[in-house]
Amino acid sequence: MNSLGFPILSLITFLPLAGVIFIATLRGDEAAVARNARWGALWVSLIVLALAVYMWISFDPKQAGFQFVEAQPWLSGLDVQYRMGVDGISLFLILLTAFITPIAIVSSWNITTRVREFMIAFLLLDTMTIGMFCALDLVVFYIFFEAVLLPMYLIIGVWGGERRIYAAVKFFLFTLTGSLLMLLALVWMWRNAGTTDIITLLHTPIPPQVQPWLFVAFLASFGVKAAVWPLHTWLPDAYGEAPLPGTIMLAAVLSKMGSYGFLRITVPMLPHASEMAAPLMFALGVVAVIYVSLVALAQTDMKRMIAYSSVAHMGLIVIGIFTFTVEGIEGALLQMLSHGFIITGLFICAGVLIARGETMTLSKIGGLALRMPVYATLLMLFALGSMGMPGTSGFVGEILVIVGAMKVNFWVSALAATGMVLGAAYMLVLLRAVLFDKTSRPALDGLKDLRPVELAMLVPLAVMVMWLGVYPTSFTRIFDAPVNAMVQAHFAVLTPPVSITPVSLAMVTK
Amino acid sequence: MSLLLSTLLPELLLGLGGMALLMFGVLSKTNQFIICSLAAVALLAITGVFILLAPAGSVFDGLLTTTNFTRYADLLVLLGSAAALILSLDYNQREDIARFEFPVLVVLAVLGMIVMISASDMMTLYLGFELQSLALYICAAFARDSLRSTEAGLKYFVLGALASGLLIYGISLVYGFAGTTNFVALAHLFDGSQPAGYGTVIGIVFVLVGIAFKISAAPFHMWTPDVYEGSPTPVTALFGTAPKVAAMALLLSVMVGPFGHLLSQWQMLIEILSIISMALGALAAIGQTNIKRLMAYSSIGHMGYALIGLAAGTLAGIQATLIYLAIYVVMSFGVFACIIAMRRKGRAVETIADLAGLSTQNPGYALALAVLLWSMAGIPPLSGFFGKLYVFSAAINAGLDVLAVVGVLTSVVAAFYYLRVIKVMYFDAGSPDFDKSASGVRLVMMVGALATILFVFMPGPLVSAAAAAARALMG
Repeated sequence: MNSLGFPILSLITFLPLAGVIFIATLRGDEAAVARNARWGALWVSLIVLALAVYMWISFDPKQAGFQFVEAQPWLSGLDVQYRMGVDGISLFLILLTAFITPIAIVSSWNITTRVREFMIAFLLLDTMTIGMFCALDLVVFYIFFEAVLLPMYLIIGVWGGERRIYAAVKFFLFTLTGSLLMLLALVWMWRNAGTTDIITLLHTPIPPQVQPWLFVAFLASFGVKAAVWPLHTWLPDAYGEAPLPGTIMLAAVLSKMGSYGFLRITVPMLPHASEMAAPLMFALGVVAVIYVSLVALAQTDMKRMIAYSSVAHMGLIVIGIFTFTVEGIEGALLQMLSHGFIITGLFICAGVLIARGETMTLSKIGGLALRMPVYATLLMLFALGSMGMPGTSGFVGEILVIVGAMKVNFWVSALAATGMVLGAAYMLVLLRAVLFDKTSRPALDGLKDLRPVELAMLVPLAVMVMWLGVYPTSFTRIFDAPVNAMVQAHFAVLTPPVSITPVSLAMVTK
Repeated sequence: MSLLLSTLLPELLLGLGGMALLMFGVLSKTNQFIICSLAAVALLAITGVFILLAPAGSVFDGLLTTTNFTRYADLLVLLGSAAALILSLDYNQREDIARFEFPVLVVLAVLGMIVMISASDMMTLYLGFELQSLALYICAAFARDSLRSTEAGLKYFVLGALASGLLIYGISLVYGFAGTTNFVALAHLFDGSQPAGYGTVIGIVFVLVGIAFKISAAPFHMWTPDVYEGSPTPVTALFGTAPKVAAMALLLSVMVGPFGHLLSQWQMLIEILSIISMALGALAAIGQTNIKRLMAYSSIGHMGYALIGLAAGTLAGIQATLIYLAIYVVMSFGVFACIIAMRRKGRAVETIADLAGLSTQNPGYALALAVLLWSMAGIPPLSGFFGKLYVFSAAINAGLDVLAVVGVLTSVVAAFYYLRVIKVMYFDAGSPDFDKSASGVRLVMMVGALATILFVFMPGPLVSAAAAAARALMG
């Protein structure tokens, strides 16, 4: 068992499942069921959040290894066990998921069709994502990773926009192709090591000549989930057509499953192939940052513009991971968190407009700064965060990634930095179109500023964006140890004699 | 003598029970379909208990053998047939084909399958094979007033007779070149010290082809879509489960038993069958609009996956095939229960488009079908995924990477058409207005769906049973 005396990870993972059973057994007339389903889902997700925070508090940051480890025999004869555990890297992704889910559930309050089913799908999604971040066994990892497809497919397809069916099927098939290729790679690694225990696999060398094949298979899967250019084409459709809470989960949490996969499996288990593929990944990342930013600039639809900005930021995360430097990887991690908060904020801001009957077409909205000052302030904050303004979370992540990239290759960091400029460009276009243009629009008259429930969603996000931007140490101190260990292990495998001195991140952030 | 009796008890029970049902049905004044069917289900259940109790061993100088392997396959056969009988209870009455011969025929077919599974001699093998085939030909044409059903029965009969001919020809070749039909003696003869001669190999190929017809592995699948579509749906449910298991178990015991040491000579054949089946099952199903035809192609694909384990030829491979079969049987009868529930205004409807809007009108039913189809597509955490996991891992461990890659690619294609059905149920507008289905049908549907969902929490019993069965087969 673990230091807490109870299996906290299983509890966090499967509590939403208990919520599913509760909601599925609700009886009564439709309105009562809908109300109880909403509140039930919200409370479950809040309890999960509380547990996740408790886990954060009890986490020992000095240990680089996995904590709260659980193990149960499961598939007999295959040495596949139900193994769970967290380290500094997965801890925050669990926290991010636990934090975003209640917000997404609140944002689904205005969904009125088939509420019970929606909440069930949502809690299932919660279980699958948290389970994936906790998994310490490849098969368990794969199951959670792939099972995310089922609720997400229904969320997009049933509650989505006009082209929802196309978007849902495209999302499903893209992701499934990638993950089945990953399954083959997993089985190969399983045969190689004789076990599916991730901790053992982290120390099992894989012949360098096989690594590129495995790398491609993992890239197919994680790359699709993380929407690495050019595997991102499902994303604008899915983001655009999914209902708002679905978009939030896709952008804030599901995209992190891909980058988490790179960090947990690809980089530490396939060091040679990762090193070989680093230039390719840099190229893909840079293309994502620059090309997709330009595409974002050309969008005429607010939701789509935000969706493309998400792809651009994922490019930056990929660059950070493949620098194999402490700065780069910690930057990527911070960027993952920051992107989660900011993109959620931006999508909710878009949702606020939809709820007021506004269109998403940029040329038809405008002048909101006059009528909705609080809204304008918050949107401005998230937009500034997205373009990486100092003082917001976006800055810390981006600067660290760029510093990390600078250590490896000047041009990569220079090109990634232009992404910040382009990011500023499209975000400013967005702000101008939404907040300042067309101040004399007649439709403006009836608009009301944010309601309390909308504030309840946006303010916590804004607080997190500021917290991460002003005092990132409270986060970095947790993942310093595992990231340092990971970078050392990476170079120890590649060049055994050379020793790398661990860099403390404190020097960079202060 | 007591060993003889107790080992043979399940077969005796089925045979005598089938006769008794027949006599009862003939002699009673009214049509006793319901009583006969229920008695047949009970008979299958009791037989299941005796199969578990029967001691392991060989009787009649090695004509029939009971091992853990035969027990495992027997129980799957009984499970599939019992589910089909329960499904037929309501369907046959509504379709006006509720005659007492149906359960009698099913019981006789099951007897044939059990003999086939326990066979450890080419002669008993053929005996069981023919008994089940003949009973099933009649089942396929059971709706004798329906043109499609008659056509299905005839088609099945003609092609099945061809398969039987090939099988018996193969057996005679093997006998001619080896001088014996006994599995143990054959295994001694082909001990791997030298490759088998051409005559024997040709014999083995014919035997393989004959059995491949029965498991509907491509390219010997031609009868499957038409027979699936034309037969009364409970019969299709039966075809999709019990005979598939029996024929696959037969294939396992023949290839691994007497010809086990010749693995290098037949492995390629199984690989080819497997690849063609997976590819055809995936590609040909895409254009289907009739859900029974869709399931026919789907079953061809599933047999391809199950064959991967045999192609690996290892203990883990056999175990994987057995696990796959068990999971497949449960998924199949679940899906067929859902298909039987598709009735509008007293008439059975069979096109996928008829399911449009099912999720709003009957969420439980739609969810059950969605879960079963997702499981067939191999999406975790549903049971179908574990079947695929076991066969792929066996293939990769045996060095058959190509087979695993093809399996993965065809899975994606197959996922597409399963997904299409789910899409129709969940995303398309419509109102199916299905009649209220009978409680038996709902029961089978629920058992199938729940077993599929809950397998992930309790994989242990099935996996260890399959392991014991595989060990018994490999010796």
